[in-house]
Amino acid sequence: MLIPCPHCGTRPVEEFTFLGDATVTRPTSLEPSSMDAWMDYVYLRDNPRGDYTEYVHHSGGCRAWLVVKRNTDTHEVDSAVATKTMKAKT
Amino acid sequence: MKYSIFSLLRNSFSGHKNWQPAWRNPDPKPEYDIIIVGGGGHGLATAYYLAKEHGLKNIAVLEKSWLGSGNIGRNTTIIRSNYLLPGNNPFYELSMKLWEGLEQDFNFNAMVSQRGVLNLCHTDAQRDAFARRGNGMRIDGVDAELLDAHAVREMYPYFDFENPRFPIKGGLLQRRGGTVRHDAVAWGFARGADMRGVDVIQGCEVQGIDIENGKVVGVQTSRGAIKCKKLALCAAGHSSEVASMAGLKLPIESHVLQAFVSEGLKPFIDGVVTFGAGHFYVSQSDKGGLVFGGDLDGYNSYARRGNLPMVEHVVEAGVAMIPALSRIRTLRSWGGVMDMSMDGSPIIDKTSVHGLYLNAGWCYGGFKATPASGFCYAHLIAKDEPHEVATAYRLDRFRRGLVLDEKGQGATPNLH
Repeated sequence: MLIPCPHCGTRPVEEFTFLGDATVTRPTSLEPSSMDAWMDYVYLRDNPRGDYTEYVHHSGGCRAWLVVKRNTDTHEVDSAVATKTMKAKT
Repeated sequence: MKYSIFSLLRNSFSGHKNWQPAWRNPDPKPEYDIIIVGGGGHGLATAYYLAKEHGLKNIAVLEKSWLGSGNIGRNTTIIRSNYLLPGNNPFYELSMKLWEGLEQDFNFNAMVSQRGVLNLCHTDAQRDAFARRGNGMRIDGVDAELLDAHAVREMYPYFDFENPRFPIKGGLLQRRGGTVRHDAVAWGFARGADMRGVDVIQGCEVQGIDIENGKVVGVQTSRGAIKCKKLALCAAGHSSEVASMAGLKLPIESHVLQAFVSEGLKPFIDGVVTFGAGHFYVSQSDKGGLVFGGDLDGYNSYARRGNLPMVEHVVEAGVAMIPALSRIRTLRSWGGVMDMSMDGSPIIDKTSVHGLYLNAGWCYGGFKATPASGFCYAHLIAKDEPHEVATAYRLDRFRRGLVLDEKGQGATPNLH
């Protein structure tokens, strides 16, 4: 599996550390009523077979956090962009 | 037919031409009391114990592929009950006790071999942790022995004791641990369930779950609709996919774990040994091949194959433990899809849908749990209350903050 790091170019998978699902959002509220939202964020996952968007750290390279789009069934990597760029878009 | 020395002799004299199939190949009936989704080790064990312990008859096991084609067919066959947490170890010890009587119980040779499981330690801190775990095991009535380096050297003189980075300081030994012929476990449970009237239906994929007024009423399958009163999910590796048919979202991610077999060797390692400084474990099969594996690849995957860096990492750890491994050739490697739960422990529980039961999240420890998983799941399905050793495996433990995190890693499925 090769990942096209926007800073370093295409690099092998052993340089990267995977954090997991990038589609979950951290709740901002600390109220007890936001329990469900926290439960969703910390524990529950869609765990899709197929297209998946995840946070990946280029820990053995530029040490930037990336958002990678990848297929969990074929291991095909679609794209990798810096987390900052991704956040600026949304 | 009961298998025995007499049936073997009788069939030998007739040239082995009269053996009967070990189970039927029935077509699905329109309705069952209980349907189990997944004809792997846990699903077949559940059906077996439902029929045997609870006397239930009208049961089907639906398997999308052939029987035992999932992780029961591609694991590294190790059994042990060397856990620490009070919510965990009594369950695994029940499993060990069931393993010990299993072959007589289901009249099938599963080659249960209690050859000992040894965890090596390489630092003083690790030895302290092993002493604590060993004491925890003994509290639960499990055998545990803390060995010093000398005792380990007596057992395995060719390990790299003087490794400058990871010297071997001792180990924690569970003599009752060992290995089991994995396919025979699936076959034995399938035959035992079939003999008691369970329909084991292969090539029947569940494609939808029918729910009316919050209650399960049946499933849509590749071989048509089948009605049921109770539906028991048992599809570890793909639990998220199956549960999503009922609108459930689980605290589970699917990850790939690789394993390896070497060329056949003369007797070399007579027990199961794990390296404590990296993730590597090894045993020797009865055919002579070394069966070994390591850690998850670390990324979500349903692909049943891993990447080369993990192959290199596992072999490096193996050679650091046993330098002689460097001269052995690997024959095969494969990957399996693991139901990695958020705390590293399994789930055996009811769900928010009435009549829908969940057995999932076995991480990479499902094989050793097969008999107890089936036993406790059958208890839950039959009596609608958890078995006494499985009360910690509730689905709502995450919400209630009662996670069973053996490794203390937090909600990080790829690190358990």
